[in-house]
Amino acid sequence: MTDTSLELDKPSRSQWWYVWVQFRTHKGALVGAFVFIFILLGVLIGPWLWPYEATAIDIRSRNQGPSWAHPMGTDQLGRDTLARVMIGGRVSMAVGMTAMFIALLLGTLIGVLAGFFQWLDGILMRLTDLFLALPLLPLLLVIIMLFRETLSASFGPEGGIFILMVSAIGITSWMQTARIVRGDVLSLKEREFMVAARSIGTRNSRMMSRHILPNVLSPIMVSATLGIATAIITESALSFLGLGFPPDFPTWGRLLRDATDFLQQYPERAIWPGLMISLTVLSVNYMGDGLRDALDPRIRGR
Amino acid sequence: MLTYTIRRLILTIPTLIFISFVIFLIVKLSPSDPTANLPLTIPPEVREKIRESLGVNQPITVQYFLWLKQFFWLEPRIFLENSFGWDLGTANETRLISYATRSPVMDLIWERMPQTLWVVGTAYVVGILIAIPIGIYSAYRQYSFFDQAGTFISMVGFSVPPFFSGVLVIVVFSVLIPTDSFWWLPSIYDTTHRVTDWESFKFQFRQMIMPVMVLALQITAQISRFARASMLDNLNQDYVRTARAKGVRERGVVMKHVLRNSMIPVVTVIALGIPGIFGGAIITEQVFKVNGLGQLLIIAIQGGDVPMVQTLTFIFAILIVLFNLVADVLYGLLDPRIRYD
Repeated sequence: MTDTSLELDKPSRSQWWYVWVQFRTHKGALVGAFVFIFILLGVLIGPWLWPYEATAIDIRSRNQGPSWAHPMGTDQLGRDTLARVMIGGRVSMAVGMTAMFIALLLGTLIGVLAGFFQWLDGILMRLTDLFLALPLLPLLLVIIMLFRETLSASFGPEGGIFILMVSAIGITSWMQTARIVRGDVLSLKEREFMVAARSIGTRNSRMMSRHILPNVLSPIMVSATLGIATAIITESALSFLGLGFPPDFPTWGRLLRDATDFLQQYPERAIWPGLMISLTVLSVNYMGDGLRDALDPRIRGR
Repeated sequence: MLTYTIRRLILTIPTLIFISFVIFLIVKLSPSDPTANLPLTIPPEVREKIRESLGVNQPITVQYFLWLKQFFWLEPRIFLENSFGWDLGTANETRLISYATRSPVMDLIWERMPQTLWVVGTAYVVGILIAIPIGIYSAYRQYSFFDQAGTFISMVGFSVPPFFSGVLVIVVFSVLIPTDSFWWLPSIYDTTHRVTDWESFKFQFRQMIMPVMVLALQITAQISRFARASMLDNLNQDYVRTARAKGVRERGVVMKHVLRNSMIPVVTVIALGIPGIFGGAIITEQVFKVNGLGQLLIIAIQGGDVPMVQTLTFIFAILIVLFNLVADVLYGLLDPRIRYD
């Protein structure tokens, strides 16, 4: 009895409060979120606080091991590895998030359109199947190899490759989101509130923005989180294969690639960027896991 | 089921044609000149002749259909000729020639195929053999220490990309451990090595450990999670309770009733994962310097070797389409509840 009265006394909370409460119970997700925010802040603010420039060459202090002055050591030109890892992280994170955003936008658009309009469903889903059948890694390598020169010429070497990489990764990774969203939209369409909305003459655009999008937000958010992880791995893989940003422009994959040349002499140099990639991806994956549970109303409150 | 399979097989043809066209177009848009790497002493008119002989000056549709004909009509016949010693009259036809090496593309691919298949295949088998027992046991003892540890390790396996796990094991087993130690492993995969006796077999085994384990870690992470989820779905079913109630031993319940039913989706996931593992092998081959298909692709891309890139990418696409089909058909064959007709 007391329980009920307590429940009634509680101020009403928004839906997001309950999501947060559920998210908090997932230990891994919480730790993942902290690690991710820490890395994010580190790569955003770190370079301002850190006294060394990522590109500053100091040939006299080259090839040093970890010390107080250089916690991650220096590379063969005496550049501080910590500074390079932080700057590289900025690029990797920026690529990961922008690519995820593009993939999400495309995936949601195609998913909603396919689920909502019967006549578009067939053709859009065939398109999704076709994209799923493309060998993505080889194609990405080819696309980047071919269009690098053209885009570098018009947007500068860094901007061009950034645009190229982000759009290439985005265009090749929207398919899962589209499929999930389409499935959800299809099941939403049969629900009573949709029939009710239609019966009072709601227009299609309003149906989508008002009734469909808020209801498919949870799967979109989960695939957004996991999309960051995939995009970061893809970017690093491309940079590792030598098809990413220009050599003096550090990203995590690039740093790892450069370090493999000195694996025999300075094995620890390869650990840092690799560790950062793995930690970021691991924390993002845990966050996605927790978010999936938190957004699922069937699990909530357990 | 048979009609379904045939229908799907027919449907793969337009899919493959579309994909081949996309790949062809993307690669053909490349500004790279096939004669760019030739010596500068070659006069321009000879250069033009070379271009003509490579067929670069023809309209793009002609080039596309020529490529299709070479890939689907000429190369299978050459393959049959070579394997059975028949004469199908292919001697006078022009084969698809690599720009970089001037030898037939398919010959190079057949040359590289065994290394990739050997490493990738072993890794896949090893990964599955590790994953399925882990999946079964974690589901059976859900939330136990073993299950929690398994979840964590597979999360790590998902998250650590092969280009880092590969570098990491090289650092540990090839750099930090002294060369004369028993635990030292070679970091470079020697494909010229032939297994003739026990010693050479041991060497082959040792050099395969690292690439295989790096690839297998990823496979294990995915498949063990999937096997666990699938086992959990089945463990709470009514038929399991019935089996227990009628006195089937626990071992029989889990290993016969539950396992067989839960392996149905796992088998399809295994089939679906095969093309993906070839993609992953591109990176692993680069890390361990295996001269397989992945390395061939990277070299071809860097050298602007258009026919090679087209053919290899298309072969990867065929693998994906083929194994999607295999997975769907297997699902229908194994699970009588699934009927496509």
